Amino acid sequence: MIYMDYNATTPTDERVLEEMLPYFSQEYGNPSSIYSLAQRARNAVEQARERVAKLLNADPREIIFTSGGTEADNFALKGVAYANQDKGKHIITSQIEHHAVLNACKFLEKQGFPVTYLPVDRWGVVDIEALEKSITPQTILISIMLANNEVGTIQPIKIIAEIAKKHGVYFHTDAVQGVGKIPVDVNDLGVDLLSLSAHKFYGPKGVGALYVRRGVRILPFINGGEQEKGRRAGTENVPGIVGLGKAAELAQREMEEEEKRVKKLRDKLEQKLVQKIPEIIVNGHPQKRLFNTLSICVKYVEGESMLMNLDKEGICASSGSACTSASLEPSHVLLAMGIPPEVAHGSLRFSLGKFNREADVEKVSEVLPPIVEELRRVSPFWEG
Amino acid sequence: MLEYTEKVLEHFRNPRNVGKIEDADGVGKVGNPMCGDVMVIYIKVKDEKIVDCKFQTFGCAAAIATSSMVTELVKGKDINEALNITNKTVADALDGLPAIKYHCSLLAEQGIRAAIEDYRKKKGSDD
Ligand code: FES
Repeated sequence: MIYMDYNATTPTDERVLEEMLPYFSQEYGNPSSIYSLAQRARNAVEQARERVAKLLNADPREIIFTSGGTEADNFALKGVAYANQDKGKHIITSQIEHHAVLNACKFLEKQGFPVTYLPVDRWGVVDIEALEKSITPQTILISIMLANNEVGTIQPIKIIAEIAKKHGVYFHTDAVQGVGKIPVDVNDLGVDLLSLSAHKFYGPKGVGALYVRRGVRILPFINGGEQEKGRRAGTENVPGIVGLGKAAELAQREMEEEEKRVKKLRDKLEQKLVQKIPEIIVNGHPQKRLFNTLSICVKYVEGESMLMNLDKEGICASSGSACTSASLEPSHVLLAMGIPPEVAHGSLRFSLGKFNREADVEKVSEVLPPIVEELRRVSPFWEG
Repeated sequence: MLEYTEKVLEHFRNPRNVGKIEDADGVGKVGNPMCGDVMVIYIKVKDEKIVDCKFQTFGCAAAIATSSMVTELVKGKDINEALNITNKTVADALDGLPAIKYHCSLLAEQGIRAAIEDYRKKKGSDD
């Protein structure tokens, strides 16, 4: 099998798993209890907090563990919106956010918070001028993702943070696709809130974190006990949190090497596919793009049918085609970038990672061209 | 990946009757408003019988498989018989489709009807 869908999820690193295991049936104490068994679990959670904080160059007190990226996004948006509605209710985001942000915004809209959805250019970069223009005295929060999951485009987060600061508006970034892959320093970036998810960088599923800069006004998202200083109640997912901590530690040590290696593979795959398949488009920013992501549109064919044939060859990838989504709508990201729906229909995303090797790139670039050729033969639009 | 039946996969991977009929007697071009797929069906008619049928489809695996199946089903059939073919006939012939893919089989039904309609229109103007 060739797995090239690392932006969807990653396998849990063996070293992460190993560190998690004792916390299921040996060190199972509830961190809120008094005895030493519980103390050890508490220590493990705090060590993980330090590791995550270190990866982000944050203070451990600024890290709140959540059940994942989606919760972190919802927490940030709703928590800030409700805590600051005395100041105003306006929220700014972009059209290419993950659904965790987009649908949280749509929910807030229904609750009476007006939301501006900023357009992007053809590379998927947020329109900075439009951003600055859309800020009003009522604006309380800007939420722009760090790197896009579908096309990999990296946003000018630092510039946006400066604008937000100038206008006294909180700035949240959904960094789920960035953290663990590329260096993310909350102080250098100047963000107030940041979401991350463990399973995107070789940690377990079901755990993530929200970074909240000290002093940011935010309401608790889940009410209950005093866990996470009352900001996020519920008995801690100790094994998951330990796993997130370990994944953060490993990422910090290994990401530089990994970036170099994987970027080479991605670039090679891109080059080969562009060479071998006529009429394909590479999506996303040519430079400011995640090193592991290759999104293409293959004209005149549909994505699901390509995925089915790739799957037969043991290759796992994804597509933004309408036919692959339950809503039967093509990717909102590609559409926002001005790609016509029929072209977005033929989108394919390969996202590479730790276990990809040169041979995988060879195989995919061998297997895909005939698949495309065959499907184009069936297509009414192909005059080849 | 979706749970497709063996028959769907087989027709998707080895579609029958792919292509254009240059001197077709009827052509039906239909689109799927749901997801933007397009299917074109070509028929050749002799004595009110469909003697040849081909298709071109831009769409998902289910759309390709249903196109392939519908061409097989109508070949050699009387036009009136062919008009009785519904999307259910096509889906059943493929041992069913995942619920979310039923709309794809509508294309096949509409495609064949559009081709027959086109044939009748042409014939009407010929006489
Ligand atoms: S044709 Fe688009 S889902 Fe089948």
